[in-house]
Amino acid sequence: MEILIAAIKIGVVLFVLLTAVAYITLLERRVAAAIQNRVGPNRVGWNGLLQPLADVLKLVTKEDIVPKSANRFIHDLAPVISIGVALSTFAVIPFGDSINLFGHDVKLQIASVDIGILYILALTSLGVYGVTLSGWSSNSKYSLLGGLRSSAQLISYELAMGLSIIGVVMISGTLQLDKIVEAQAGWRWNIFLQPLGFILFVISSFAETNRLPFDLPEAEPELVGGYHTEYSGLKFGLFYLSEYASMLTASAIITTLYLGGWQVPFLAHSGYSPEWISILQVLGFCLKVSFMVFFFIAIRWTLPRFRYDQLMNLGWKAMLPLAIVNLLLTGLVVLIL
Amino acid sequence: MTANHPKIVHRRDLSFWEKLYLPQIFGGLRITLSQLFKPRFTRQYPEERWNPPPSFRGRPVLVEDGGIERCVACGLCARVCPALAIEVQGSETELPKERYPVKFEINMLRCIFCGFCEEVCPEEAIVMSKEYELTFTSQEDGIFGKDKLLMPAEKLKDRIDFLRQNR
Repeated sequence: MEILIAAIKIGVVLFVLLTAVAYITLLERRVAAAIQNRVGPNRVGWNGLLQPLADVLKLVTKEDIVPKSANRFIHDLAPVISIGVALSTFAVIPFGDSINLFGHDVKLQIASVDIGILYILALTSLGVYGVTLSGWSSNSKYSLLGGLRSSAQLISYELAMGLSIIGVVMISGTLQLDKIVEAQAGWRWNIFLQPLGFILFVISSFAETNRLPFDLPEAEPELVGGYHTEYSGLKFGLFYLSEYASMLTASAIITTLYLGGWQVPFLAHSGYSPEWISILQVLGFCLKVSFMVFFFIAIRWTLPRFRYDQLMNLGWKAMLPLAIVNLLLTGLVVLIL
Repeated sequence: MTANHPKIVHRRDLSFWEKLYLPQIFGGLRITLSQLFKPRFTRQYPEERWNPPPSFRGRPVLVEDGGIERCVACGLCARVCPALAIEVQGSETELPKERYPVKFEINMLRCIFCGFCEEVCPEEAIVMSKEYELTFTSQEDGIFGKDKLLMPAEKLKDRIDFLRQNR
């Protein structure tokens, strides 16, 4: 029974996740168009709502070209790593409190891992392998440069990211994500307790997901297409999908760690039945995640790309010291209180 | 110090507030997000078509008055055409204009829409229309004969008036 429930949860989450990712690509294009006073894709289906389907159809029917001198096995493996990592991070994210369905207490989280945060840090760091391996295996200078940049970027941002998370861990005293969310009940969201940590974490998330101010691995004007220059067809589609999936996952992590996860203030005393409260909490979680996704998209169409040395400066000379300061301050406050 | 020595410009360092980037980022976001609600400039093309002004040079057409073309097959247009797109073959007729084109063909693959044919025509018989949608699926289809070129004068009133004003 436990396994069946887990399987159903995985199926539902995966379905929702993939659909959401598909529609984020559409949202991105529509928002980008609106910011540039254009309309964006609005032909396929009502207001372009079937556009993701058409995109997938196009990518699937395209020819898969592999460069002659590429390492075939790793070339095939890299997009799988990218998408696999982006999707599996979602396994530990709690998207709601437990809900009572047909006499079973179902916890709205696929796996409540004791070391949830470490799991997330480990997996998101693995994600860079997809990028680096694809750059190396394509045997093209642009791809290789993109891959190298990605790994250098990871090293300089992972530290600040990890240190800013430690602040949250210190406050809530646990690595378990559902416990961290429970600690943020009411308005005790970590964004108010850890504003500096929140800013640092969001900035590192941008670097982690290769989104625009830090999208040096793909930097179209300099590197043609960056690490996926030599990819086409479905394999390119997987990279494209994994970019948006990791954006969604990053938004979910930010929501869980800093924006109170599924906690909706005042709902506990509102007098609705527990089932309704659970549903509203899941909706609240989705709303917060969508807000973060929208923020990611809006930033992409606002800021120019950082230069490589600026990126390194920011990572090592600004974010790392700030993260350490944040850590020390949090430690002091936790110690005194 | 030589005369060509480049002048050293001392730029002010960024202040602490500017180095934070954050105020600038939010300023940028304010601008982009305010664009979200501004009117769009896109024309939804196949449904919403553009009506060109009379000065527009679309595809050249033969003016038709009461079912008869004005053209007298003088061949000036064919002569002036820089792209050699026009072919005219004239013959005699009982009508007052005495001559008419048996064959009048414009190769739309060669036409460059310069409007010289219209300018040189003594009879105001060939004018540039407002039509800008030209598609064909083979090179043969690109050669427009009299059947495709004839257009009633009423439809071309805008252009003819414009030509008379600017003569």
